[in-house]
Amino acid sequence: MARMTYAQAACLALRQEMERDAMVWALGEDVGPEGGVAGQYLGLQKHFGAARIVDTPISESMIMSAAIGSALLGMRPVAELRYADFALCAADEIINQAAKIRYMLDGQVRVPMVIRQPMGMRWGMAAQHSQSHENLWVGTPGLVVVAPATPADNHGLLKAAIRADDPVVFMEHKELWLETGDVDESAEPIDIGKAAVRRVGTDITLLSWSKTANNCLAAADLLAAQGVYAEVIDLRTLWPWDRDTVFSSIQKTQRVLIAHESPRVGGFGGELLGDIAEAFWGQLKARPVRLGSPRIPVPYSKPLEDMCRVGPEKIAQAAALLCRALA
Amino acid sequence: MSDPKSPPSPERVLGLLQTMCLIREFEEAAGTALAAGHVRGSVHQYTGQEAIAAGVCCHLNRTDYVSSHHRGHGHAIAKGVSPSRMMCELFGRQGGTSNGKGGSMHIADFSQGMLGANGVVPDGVTMAVGAAHAIKMQARPEIVVAFFGDGAMNRGPLFEAFNWVKLFDLPVLFVCEDNGYSVTLRTRDVTGGPPAVERLGAFGIPVSQVNGNDVLAVQQAAGDLIAKVRSGGGPHFLHASTYRWYGHLAYDKGLYRDALEVERARQDDCLLNAQHWLMQNGTSAQRVESVREAARQQIEQAVQLALKAPYPSEATAFTEVQDLGSPVWPG
Repeated sequence: MARMTYAQAACLALRQEMERDAMVWALGEDVGPEGGVAGQYLGLQKHFGAARIVDTPISESMIMSAAIGSALLGMRPVAELRYADFALCAADEIINQAAKIRYMLDGQVRVPMVIRQPMGMRWGMAAQHSQSHENLWVGTPGLVVVAPATPADNHGLLKAAIRADDPVVFMEHKELWLETGDVDESAEPIDIGKAAVRRVGTDITLLSWSKTANNCLAAADLLAAQGVYAEVIDLRTLWPWDRDTVFSSIQKTQRVLIAHESPRVGGFGGELLGDIAEAFWGQLKARPVRLGSPRIPVPYSKPLEDMCRVGPEKIAQAAALLCRALA
Repeated sequence: MSDPKSPPSPERVLGLLQTMCLIREFEEAAGTALAAGHVRGSVHQYTGQEAIAAGVCCHLNRTDYVSSHHRGHGHAIAKGVSPSRMMCELFGRQGGTSNGKGGSMHIADFSQGMLGANGVVPDGVTMAVGAAHAIKMQARPEIVVAFFGDGAMNRGPLFEAFNWVKLFDLPVLFVCEDNGYSVTLRTRDVTGGPPAVERLGAFGIPVSQVNGNDVLAVQQAAGDLIAKVRSGGGPHFLHASTYRWYGHLAYDKGLYRDALEVERARQDDCLLNAQHWLMQNGTSAQRVESVREAARQQIEQAVQLALKAPYPSEATAFTEVQDLGSPVWPG
């Protein structure tokens, strides 16, 4: 067990998988000597050489195409797209090619690859460097979508994503790069599709992922001070999502609040809530609630950007309203 | 493979004619089947351009790779994909190259090194470059040929590919099949500045030009370039001028074109050009006709097979989507 940052945990996972499998390679802008935007590739090019940790031109289409083309010939690429916003420059290659080739060719070939696209708001990066559009990828058949919230999950899930035979969209959160946590360096990959119950509670299920799951944990502390005991579920994988863990929690608490950083309108929370409503119609003690950012581009100025954030206070306040009878 | 410098033997040209005839007959049959309602969706016929696929692919080993585009039947046939399986695919039947899941624009056969036609311009090219990247990383002996049209020369990702292929020095032959049209528009009318072929110099990729309606010239030029690519000479570019006899796709009658222009192109028929050469070089008209007739029969058999093949079961719509989080049927 070692204490390390979320970025270091990812770096460790990639190093271990590259040592384990000679077909794994990584490509993207500034992944070489620079070590990636957050040091998540630090030292890897020195260790594995410039042919396996490949610095590329600013060519998102070609980064994705090189990854896909190499996967067709047996490689296991890790494509770094720097920010989720720039993944949109390769949306054609991700959606029209990577996600569909196996199906269009009826299984003649698979496209095992990891599509890394760090998401979320950080440092006032404004509208084109702050987005979280996980809903776009969840809505694309053929893709797996993973969004880890802790260093240990980033380590275990990146390993699993590299070993998966599907194209995996891997969304690290930019504000988590420097978060530290204990990581078991010899840990096995974490099963994709398994949620984590981050805190056990009885009164309400707070359902989230990525950085907002951490906000839910902080919200649970605030709620506990008011005598409300929230259960916090970190989905970790958005597709496939862990229906069993989510449903058994809601069965117990009979209240649910879903929180995510991306816009509430059209967000993945709506899809989750739809399934929850179908399964729990008439069985909940309070109306189910979704929190997300307003449907505006992420603004630059701090007080404006903060309006897009779904922080612990906002979550606790909304949850407390649903649990009014308890207070 | 043969020495590209040696003059072609009539036997070799007969082989090329055979490939061209198979493609011509396949496209005619596909058009007929579409009109009859057996085939759906987009069918982009390669008719008129057959010499390019035949003249390039004759130099490739089965283990070499080609990638193609929406007008991809010719490349698949020339690379050795079974016309019967292709026809089954067009008919949406079990036994097709994708058992009916792909259709005309997604014909691929990895066992023959055919990476796939593609419905998006120019993704076949950019992924071909990715395949070549893997070949280089794995130190394998194969090469990749990427076919595309002149219309693709105005798509941004292609320029990313030209830079990439040069930067990483990858074994790719680009073959630009210049039929003059970007769907219904003349490519020159939607191109600012110099034409495609003059742009490649900026990337440092050597360019050769050839008359794409002359299969002897194509096979000679392609043989030369493929030998260079194969021996580590880096990426090369072959520009082949040709003409698309029909519209952009089978539904399109191509009425935006001057009838005289079409008529002139049809007279410069790559099949007839090859036949003339053969007869001038001692091949009997009977022998030539027997090649055409054999192709007609093979494609007719393919159509009969496709008509008899069963449709895929509904359950197969839910297979080969993904391992993790795969949908289930019935849902």
